[in-house]
Amino acid sequence: MSTNAQKRGIGSFIWDYLTTVDHKKIAHLYLVAGGIFFIIGGLEAMFIRIQLAKPDNDFMSAGLYNEIMTMHGTTMIFLAAMPLVFAFMNAIMPLQIGARDVAFPFLNSLGFWLFLFGGLFLNLSWFFQAVPDAGWTSYASLSLASEGHGIDFYALGLQISGAGTLIGGINFLVTIINMRAPGMTFMRMPLFTWSTFVVSALILFAFPPLTVGLFLMIFDRMFGSNFFDTTMGGNTIIWEHLFWIFGHPEVYILILPAFGIFSEIFATFSRKRLFGYSSMVFATVLIGFLGFMVWAHHMFTTGLGPVANAIFAVATMAIAVPTGIKIFNWLFTMWGGSIKFTVPMLYAVAFIPSFVMGGVTGIMNAAAPADYQYHDTYFVVAHFHYVIVGGVVLALLAGTHFYWPKMFGTMLSEKLGKVTFWFFLIGFHLTFFIQHFLGLMGMPRRVFTFLPNQGLEAGNFISTIGAFMMAIGTVVLLYNIVITSIKNVKVGNDPWEDGRTLEWAISSPPPYYNFKQLPLVRGLDPYWLEKMEGKKEMTPAEPLGDIHMPNNSFIPVVISLGLFIAAFGAMYVPDGKPWAVPVLVIGLLVTLISMLVRSVKDDLGYHIHKEELENEDDDKGGIAK
Amino acid sequence: MNLDEKFTEATWPSSPEQTTLEGKNKFLGFWFFLGGETVLFATLFATYLALKDDKVAAEIFALDLVFLATMLLLTSSLTSVYAMYHMKNYDFKRMQAWLLITVILGAAFLALEIYEFNHYVHEYGFTFTGSAYGSAFYTLVGFHGAHVAFGLMWIITLMVRNAKRGLNLYNAPKFYVASLYWHFIDVVWVFIFTVVYLMGMVG
Repeated sequence: MSTNAQKRGIGSFIWDYLTTVDHKKIAHLYLVAGGIFFIIGGLEAMFIRIQLAKPDNDFMSAGLYNEIMTMHGTTMIFLAAMPLVFAFMNAIMPLQIGARDVAFPFLNSLGFWLFLFGGLFLNLSWFFQAVPDAGWTSYASLSLASEGHGIDFYALGLQISGAGTLIGGINFLVTIINMRAPGMTFMRMPLFTWSTFVVSALILFAFPPLTVGLFLMIFDRMFGSNFFDTTMGGNTIIWEHLFWIFGHPEVYILILPAFGIFSEIFATFSRKRLFGYSSMVFATVLIGFLGFMVWAHHMFTTGLGPVANAIFAVATMAIAVPTGIKIFNWLFTMWGGSIKFTVPMLYAVAFIPSFVMGGVTGIMNAAAPADYQYHDTYFVVAHFHYVIVGGVVLALLAGTHFYWPKMFGTMLSEKLGKVTFWFFLIGFHLTFFIQHFLGLMGMPRRVFTFLPNQGLEAGNFISTIGAFMMAIGTVVLLYNIVITSIKNVKVGNDPWEDGRTLEWAISSPPPYYNFKQLPLVRGLDPYWLEKMEGKKEMTPAEPLGDIHMPNNSFIPVVISLGLFIAAFGAMYVPDGKPWAVPVLVIGLLVTLISMLVRSVKDDLGYHIHKEELENEDDDKGGIAK
Repeated sequence: MNLDEKFTEATWPSSPEQTTLEGKNKFLGFWFFLGGETVLFATLFATYLALKDDKVAAEIFALDLVFLATMLLLTSSLTSVYAMYHMKNYDFKRMQAWLLITVILGAAFLALEIYEFNHYVHEYGFTFTGSAYGSAFYTLVGFHGAHVAFGLMWIITLMVRNAKRGLNLYNAPKFYVASLYWHFIDVVWVFIFTVVYLMGMVG
């Protein structure tokens, strides 16, 4: 397959990716799309920091600032962090449990295309000069008053991409429950797989409230309903609740996979079993559970009353306990280990103090009376950037370096990786640490400029310098990726030499069927166990036989495209355009008919025959050489 | 999977929906999907309760119509159980027959709902855009109605697609999850009946 691919032209290469149902290729798609959106969101962040570099700056207008700030948050959360997390889940999780693919390869592809078309729709707003401008939280009283189609782009785009995420979540849950290799019990699953599992459950229960919230917003703005219109008996607080019932689990949806990636990295480069494995699993599940109980801590100043505030404050502080368990377990994993400071390990070590600082300010924010002081200031901005950049983004960068060889078969340069790391880490602290103090000094968030002689100049200027350092780090990473791809030096199964889990037991990148023979798992860190016994490969759990594979399909792209078209129709309904409703109907029909085609056409997949597998024995195979 | 594999009543497995790995995945995945749907409807119910207007509710709802609709849908859930009973016994014709009855009952329910909405709009001027309560009512009950319509299309598609070839291990899970979906719609209606109509008329 991979040798065939090199002989084919660019057209069939693109067609291959448009129709692929292979989890490894879908991971590439998520990584590239998420990476591009990360750069777009990063550029928006740079514009924000340039505007705030000096007082009374006129680099951009207040309106444009609102748009850029809104798109920065929305893009980074929904279109960069989520898909990048999904990229690693897709690339690694099925390999870690010893599966040949995910449970629903077709739905996997559908999830990606829904996300991409939703993201494209949202970003098309720039070309229609109607950009969302009510913040990434899009509170109803603000967003209903927003003129033009900006908020429509937000609501419809997120609706489409949210459906894709939900589908992905269900797919991962079923994959982990039904597709584990023989011997891979739940309590032998690597931590990254565990966090994928818990996160998928969070997605399943957190995204429907967002779906409903967005529908209510769409109905209010485009179809004349009155959910959030107080003059008609509506209630604007409903949006806040629905958004945060989704929004708070969402931050755990982002951070738990980060915890998972770091758990793998700590164990690998300390060359030691993860300390307190069962308590790590317990803590992951507990964080996921508590994540649903704390949404109102975003609404302390809304006026829910002291009882509600007290309950949510205590619940929020309780999350510090399982998180603390994790922090100590990572420290103890390193303790007494034979540590190798590779680039991923540098990120992991830097993550601990960075994230703990975000956690500490989290507890400060959780104290409801004190939060009245912090609310809507840069203190909050500093807090959530410390957890999201100091936690999630560091994990994504670490994961990029760590899993790059498994995804693409080449090693990113360690030297350039270290340059990126230092620029990014120092830039990150420079940007956001000072913002705690700016916030305590009273600088409000979401305001496009500040006045001179209030003691805010130096802090903001330092913050802007830090942002440029992060940008330099990112550019070096891109350069690293280009250089590595051009050199194209292929690596073996276990390029870090200390791989512990099943993904390192097969070639990099793995053959399209992953495991020629499903491996027999004999304990936690199965590949490490075999290596410690002097073996170079996993013991197979089955004789060599035919492998069943799913067929490629173009239908996911068509289903997603239909919703994309329908969203344009829906958006122009309130303008009274005669073509709006027909376009809406046509779009929905495209989606429904392609679903019908999918249902009616038998898709039984195909088999790779035993003989073909034997012939491929020389260079590829499920079992390490 | 071999589509031409011929079964008899004796060789047909007792849980044909979960005999293949694809079937097992579909079965479990669909249960998870229903979990997400539950949260979706729970959210709609919460919104409805937050925006409820007792006066309007007491004025417009009439028990006879809603009772009839409820009976139709509850019965259709029962008939879909019969269909699955025959599916498990490899009796394709009876399964199709009971599914047809299910579809007819579901369609009758949907027709009643359309009549009901029409009635509210024209008799009472109770519209989607007229008040927040109207928006909440039509959204909650309308989402359910849309689910019924989708369920009908789904079951009809399966019946037509497989009419000539009968049951096999490829389509048995498809029939099974469609019936699960139908039960779910029915359960949601029980809550709508209680929360919207009974509490609307009494509370």
